[in-house]
Amino acid sequence: MIGTALTDLWYGFGVALEPHNLMFCFIGVLVGNMVGVLPGMGPLATISILLPLTFGMKPVAAILMLGGVMYGAQYGGAICSILLNLPCHPPHAVTCLDGFPMTKQGRGGVALGLTVFASFVGASWGITEMIFLSPLLVRAALQFGPAEVCSLMLLGLLAGSTLARGSPIKGVAMTVLGLFLGSVGTDLETGSERYTLGMTELDDGIELIALALGLFGIAEFMNSVNQVAPINTKYTNVTFKDMRPTKADMKRAFFPMWRGTIIGSLCALIPGTGPTIASFVAYATEKKISRHPEKFGTGLIEGVVCPEAATHSSVQGDFIPTMSLGIPGDAVMALLLGALMIQGIVPGPQLISQHPDIFWGLVASFWIGNIMLVLLNVPLIGIWVKMLAIPYKFLYPSAMFFVCIGVYAANNDFFQVGEVAAIGLFGYVLLRLGFHPAPILLGFVLGPRFEENFRRAMLIARGDMLVFIERPISAFFVGMCVLLIGSQIYLRLKGAKAAELNVDDDAPIAAPAEPKIPVQLANQRVPVTPAE
Amino acid sequence: MRPSTSPVRALLGKRDFYAGGLMVLLGLGIALKGSSYRAGTLMHMGPGFLPTALGVLLVFLGIAIAAAGLSAEGDEDQGVLPEQPQWWAWFCILMSPICFIMFGHYFGMALATFSCVFIAALGDKNATWLGTVILATVVTVFGVGLFSYFLQVPMPILTWRGAL
Repeated sequence: MIGTALTDLWYGFGVALEPHNLMFCFIGVLVGNMVGVLPGMGPLATISILLPLTFGMKPVAAILMLGGVMYGAQYGGAICSILLNLPCHPPHAVTCLDGFPMTKQGRGGVALGLTVFASFVGASWGITEMIFLSPLLVRAALQFGPAEVCSLMLLGLLAGSTLARGSPIKGVAMTVLGLFLGSVGTDLETGSERYTLGMTELDDGIELIALALGLFGIAEFMNSVNQVAPINTKYTNVTFKDMRPTKADMKRAFFPMWRGTIIGSLCALIPGTGPTIASFVAYATEKKISRHPEKFGTGLIEGVVCPEAATHSSVQGDFIPTMSLGIPGDAVMALLLGALMIQGIVPGPQLISQHPDIFWGLVASFWIGNIMLVLLNVPLIGIWVKMLAIPYKFLYPSAMFFVCIGVYAANNDFFQVGEVAAIGLFGYVLLRLGFHPAPILLGFVLGPRFEENFRRAMLIARGDMLVFIERPISAFFVGMCVLLIGSQIYLRLKGAKAAELNVDDDAPIAAPAEPKIPVQLANQRVPVTPAE
Repeated sequence: MRPSTSPVRALLGKRDFYAGGLMVLLGLGIALKGSSYRAGTLMHMGPGFLPTALGVLLVFLGIAIAAAGLSAEGDEDQGVLPEQPQWWAWFCILMSPICFIMFGHYFGMALATFSCVFIAALGDKNATWLGTVILATVVTVFGVGLFSYFLQVPMPILTWRGAL
């Protein structure tokens, strides 16, 4: 089995090293890194902006590039949090805690250097996990009938909405809304129109790009406009020379790095727990087992490398359920899956055997991309640091143009541009009401497939709902769902003690609420139930 | 502890009340519209079955959100509007795609891009006319080059479609 995996991997390198695939992988990680550095732009907005550009590409090149944006942004985000104390992306919020004090002590370069290294280790582990676990998962998943697929999707949706940010019940409401939005348009089985309100442009359903750009582009811009604090570039003079760690630093960072990696890879296996939770859990664990927990927050290298390694290993690991089962764990993965579907590729367990070039090319490109990122980040750190100074007032108007032209180019139709504006306004209202729109995308992408499988399962079972608990595998998934809901209710009732489960005290949650953070992060409270 | 006010006022001041209310309204709308489609049976589901079920579910979730907001103590009394409402900036951002549509339809890509970036940039509180014009020009030149020449988006760069 290891033999076949290695042969496939070898083939994947062949695909990923084709010159034009290599080029798009490079563009992806470059743009991702750039966006990760820029405060106020997230990977979700960037991937949605780049999505229309990939329509003309081959599927392999498209997915390599979009994947590159995703993990490239994680590298860039670390720079932002360590040097500026700005957690541009939620997974890096805990990195600020010890990263920024290190910067103040003049050791920001060392923190960055070791972060890049730890990230690479974490990512490599995640990729290895993907190589060996995906084929196993696929073998199991090929036995699934519609009932199993259906209950697995249910589990994925529930986990994605309850374990993500903010209130679990609001997350579930967003998922339901997303499932509904996915059903707008022509019903595939009967051909009748649903919820089109007489607009023929909606016959094909709501455009994925318009939804993503409205929710993560326009709504976010409305949220952050005039709220992003000017950036303090006092500490940003980092050069290549500053990045070399001392031997003592390396020694201290070694074990935390591996612990972070393992935690991240475990978190990746639980559906719905993305890099954000992984990094919080990693930081909390590291603090707990440390011999001097009181020093955390004063610039300990352990507090930087452990969450960063966890983030990266979980980011790569998140691709496992997405690519092998077709069940995305979070909104970014849902978007990547949507990109594949636009290219006409059906996600699911058959993807690896039907499109080995996509799967193995992607895996191989992860490694190539991560090496590129190390090369990009270490010697060129000076350039990235300069980019931190680009003000938001230039950023968001330019991004608005990309949003408009992007949705226009999807169908060459102005209707979608209006659609994106409407969705943006709606998304902002949701944001203000304390909803987090990410699960909408999850529900939207899975919606049509969920409905299809649900109908099929009911047809086979002659309308007997009990089929979901009569078939053992399906019953297992349903049981997990019940467990998930039960634990949420239990945690809710236990109130204050709930936070203990994920984060041992308020520090990691409280700290990102320091004044300098762009507003959109303020309502992205991270793990399960927040402390009351 | 804040001084206790009447329960109705406490309810109206809660963000989650509006959040739940919006979900109930959406759910009702979805379910009512969905009931006009054929529901079918569990075995042979019609197009209306799942959306209607989702709408009903959303109503229940909305009630639960509002109820949870009611029971929670005052730490979540974040207003619906942010502390400094940015009406002008919000207006500018939403007008930006509208301008893109209007100018794009009548005048072509160059003017659409310029107007879209220009109006969005005006939303910033420190925006100056000159800076905005420069930014819009730069993005227009770059954007038209990228999308029209490189990616071949079929939208004329400059055109005139007359009054409609």
